[in-house]
Amino acid sequence: MEVSRHWRLKKERYAMVGEVCPHCEQKIFPPRDICPDCGQEARTLFRFSGRGEVYSYTTVYSAPTGHEVNAPYTVALVRLEEGPMVTAQLTDLGEKQVEIGMPVEMVTRRLRAEGESGILVYGYKFRPQLSAS
Amino acid sequence: MTERDIEVLRPTREVGIVGYGAYVPRYRLPASEVARVWTQGQGGLPIREKAVPGLDEDVITMSIEAARNALARAGVDAGRLRAVWVGSESHPYAVKPTSTVVAEAIGATPHIQAADWEFACKAGTEALQAAIGFVGSGMADYAMSIGMDTAQGRPGDALEYTAGAGGAAFILGPAEAALAVFEASYSFTTDTPDFWRRADEKYPAHGERFTGEPAYFQHITAAATTLMKALDASPEDFTYAVFHQPNLKFPQRVAKSLGFKPEQIEPGLLVPVIGNTYAGSALIGLTAILDAAQPGDRILLVSYGSGAGSDAFSMRVTDLLPERREQAPRTQDYIARRTEIDYATYARYRGKLVLK
Repeated sequence: MEVSRHWRLKKERYAMVGEVCPHCEQKIFPPRDICPDCGQEARTLFRFSGRGEVYSYTTVYSAPTGHEVNAPYTVALVRLEEGPMVTAQLTDLGEKQVEIGMPVEMVTRRLRAEGESGILVYGYKFRPQLSAS
Repeated sequence: MTERDIEVLRPTREVGIVGYGAYVPRYRLPASEVARVWTQGQGGLPIREKAVPGLDEDVITMSIEAARNALARAGVDAGRLRAVWVGSESHPYAVKPTSTVVAEAIGATPHIQAADWEFACKAGTEALQAAIGFVGSGMADYAMSIGMDTAQGRPGDALEYTAGAGGAAFILGPAEAALAVFEASYSFTTDTPDFWRRADEKYPAHGERFTGEPAYFQHITAAATTLMKALDASPEDFTYAVFHQPNLKFPQRVAKSLGFKPEQIEPGLLVPVIGNTYAGSALIGLTAILDAAQPGDRILLVSYGSGAGSDAFSMRVTDLLPERREQAPRTQDYIARRTEIDYATYARYRGKLVLK
């Protein structure tokens, strides 16, 4: 049932492909075709660098359906280098303490499996920058 | 055909590696943990520790990261690739290609060949042979071959000490743009049932000691000697050599019997710290060598896949390598990034705890 939705979102999920406004240069993620800044049409694709920093975070112990196998996990608001704020899981933390302002980078990971026989859903998460991890 | 008649493989136009990238997941299971749980700590340990993928990692996600590293080093737009081929024993789907997800994620779709390769631990070098042909014939300018695994080992089996996770991606292209140029390659194959996994089985089975002489040693030795003979080369002509690494003893012994010195294989011998990464094993060893090699160095790569066969490649490093390798993390950077886990955490991460 959900296959078409996952398929439609693959470019933004796998590689953080968003948009850039041709009128005011605002970088847009997730893509919404209308610039949230100047209100004009914005359909030019833009691939984000994937670099950013942790704006805030929380740890989820009681996970929603489909994410139980990963609990506990940390979800963060990440301020991307290009401006937009995204919500995503942090991964590969090891023993590392999450800190506000911590530099992170995007990685493509398995977000969840649709049961035993459904599709595997992949998308972006963030990890501590490799050089700093 | 007598041995003298054997022709090695050379493409019509010269082909080389224009970009390479490694990936090793963060978690490490010390071999002493496996011994603690299964042998009361008795007996020798085949390696120090092995790399274990996190809960959200598999051959698709690991291939994507290695592929991105290879693209960064190649400086080639992903849209110019004409193939993304992934060799593995651990494709997440039985039916649905790993390679289409990888190609989509790196921005290489849709004008592209994509396929998953299977030949036990040499699926990755099989894809490398094919890419030499693809580029060397002029059908494509750039092709990507990946060897990546999250290796399976039955709990308590000898394989559980070593079955690791990791691998590497290579972009092949014209020799003019290459960091290392292939001189020739050769494959040696027979039907030898030393290690297998039947359809729908979770863990592989193996022929114990049968995996040695008639399998690993025969195929690697034949592939390496045939290629060296055709090139009129001897072990001392190579700066480095890398062989498939199911454990520490096998590559050390085959190197010695062929006439290679320990220092020639040492930089690419990663099995003590990441384990046997199956289809990624020889290939990730090659990335560690490329991280250290200098222009003019000659490298011998020989894989081994159960079932059984070996692919041998000889290559020479060009002047382009030292600058371009700085464009992505080195293999040792991934190895240095480590978090040790215990057997219980390992059992959870590898899906060995069944909750229903």
